[in-house]
Amino acid sequence: MALARATVLGDDANTGKRINNCELAPVPREELKMIATLEQAHVANSAGTDAIVAGLDGVNKNYGDVRALCGVNFRVRAGEVVALLGPNGAGKTTAVKLLLGLLQPNAGKVRVFGGDPTNPENRMRTGAMLQVGRVPETLRVREHIDLFSSYYEKPLSLTEVLAAAGLEKLSDRKFGELSGGQRQRVLFALAICGNPDLLFLDEPTVGLDVEARRMLWDQIRRLVGKGKTVLLTTHYLQEADALADRVAVINKGEIIAEGTPAAIKAHTAGKKIRCITKLTIDVLRGIPGVTEVKEDREAVELHTGEAERVVRELLARDPNLAGLEVTTAGLEEAFLALTQEKNGNDGN
Amino acid sequence: MSTATIALGNTRIQRSPAQTTQIYLKEAKYEFLKYLRLRMYTISVLTFPIMFYILFGLVLNSKESIAGTRVPVYLIPSYGTFGVIAASLFATAAGLASDRGLGWLQVKRASPMPPFAYFTAKIFTSFVFSTIVVLALFALGIAFGGVRMNVGQFARLFGTLVAGSLPFSAMGLALGYFTGPNSAPPTINLIYLPMSFCSGLWVPFMFLPAIVKKIALVLPPYHLSQLALGVVGAGTHESAIGHWEALAAFTMICLGIARIGFQRDQEKMYG
Repeated sequence: MALARATVLGDDANTGKRINNCELAPVPREELKMIATLEQAHVANSAGTDAIVAGLDGVNKNYGDVRALCGVNFRVRAGEVVALLGPNGAGKTTAVKLLLGLLQPNAGKVRVFGGDPTNPENRMRTGAMLQVGRVPETLRVREHIDLFSSYYEKPLSLTEVLAAAGLEKLSDRKFGELSGGQRQRVLFALAICGNPDLLFLDEPTVGLDVEARRMLWDQIRRLVGKGKTVLLTTHYLQEADALADRVAVINKGEIIAEGTPAAIKAHTAGKKIRCITKLTIDVLRGIPGVTEVKEDREAVELHTGEAERVVRELLARDPNLAGLEVTTAGLEEAFLALTQEKNGNDGN
Repeated sequence: MSTATIALGNTRIQRSPAQTTQIYLKEAKYEFLKYLRLRMYTISVLTFPIMFYILFGLVLNSKESIAGTRVPVYLIPSYGTFGVIAASLFATAAGLASDRGLGWLQVKRASPMPPFAYFTAKIFTSFVFSTIVVLALFALGIAFGGVRMNVGQFARLFGTLVAGSLPFSAMGLALGYFTGPNSAPPTINLIYLPMSFCSGLWVPFMFLPAIVKKIALVLPPYHLSQLALGVVGAGTHESAIGHWEALAAFTMICLGIARIGFQRDQEKMYG
């Protein structure tokens, strides 16, 4: 299955400064108003034919000289779960904040439900779980939920929200008394309490232990089963794989690949083989299929795309081999591979 | 051609007035509860004026007078002003700085919450705690300090002090937009403690050095305390209108600064 390549949007308008190929030119206000109105009219006319609920179109976002997003094209379609996968600092949170109307782009368009994300009516239909440093700790769980529910037109009942977030027994607990996993579930509850059509989850399980993470995944899956649209950001390939229909890989402000989780995983199919062996580095490098050899204290680490073949060879050559471990290559190696490929393709 | 997005004006959400009122009420209620349960806040805001009043107004000096006004009477407007300022500043600035800097305000902004509800909730909380401080001082003064005034005077003093919460809530909002979560409390202290001292809230105004008296004229706590003292007949007998005007101007300036901060925040990156 081919992996769709995202391209950086080439701009023909050549006004303003260029920082790292990202244009910073603003368009005069009157022109903007007219364009926006025409576009709204167009969207209204073609309602129903366009299933895109949110999107970034040629978006640049800079913080001073730092380029957070460059020429990003990204769509979220109705009813799907999309994961934005990338390392820290890739621009995932920036993308989410743009879609939530918390930030304005330096160039390009941000559209949610066919309109501007700062439109209050859009906020009625979206819910957001963001990374928060501090939530008011003296309020109880049910009080937080009660307050947020009041903002929405047709919120879920408190019981429903508590059940959906797995907080039934914690309703009266003050936020400050909760564990990390429980706090994340409260933030999740606040995101879903308004029964939104579109849900943004920014690194929902960061900092959680394995059990808490699995529990939150279950809860997200249950929601997704009800036909909501979800945009999820994460730096865990596993999480994207577990929850998403479609994954967009983002690195350094650019989307470098898009596809199903299976396609992304196949692309990052490199494996690491770790073992304690008497074979020397040179010999190991000579084994067909081995791309790299590293020493790691008393053991060696081999990188390869053909794990089974290499393992067979190792065991044949060294029957006393010990401490054998075979793991998938990390996300960083995968990003490296994807970025190199993209640069290779673009450079031609 | 690339186009930048703009906000397409403020398309109103279809909410019934009843629902909107409910949001404002809930926001205010939970904001108040939040601070009520925060020991750090209630202790520093409520106990200091009360402690000072008991010590300096009831235990020591209770038989003395300051320029013709009995000390237990004089200190109610004086410490009352101090208490109102502290209650208002800490209910607004510290919370706002923390909410902004640590991402909580963004969660609220991403929701359909009417932005105004957040601010009115904070101002409401300042009013309520100001009321509590003032009434506590009244109670102590009446019970132990032999403070006897007619109802009208108590009402005017109460009204003056509690109304004075508004300029300092505005100041708190302005401060909250320009400080970080960790720097907010010390910055508040660095500003309002000297301000209070120079306005004659601790050492009575008439005993301050001349140069400090001149500085006081531009300090809002001075104007509020003079208005309050005027109710009990202990002010410097300047026109009340002048003081109210000074406070109103100060409020406007602070709200203007807060508004600049609010608009600047639409763009800021957090964390």
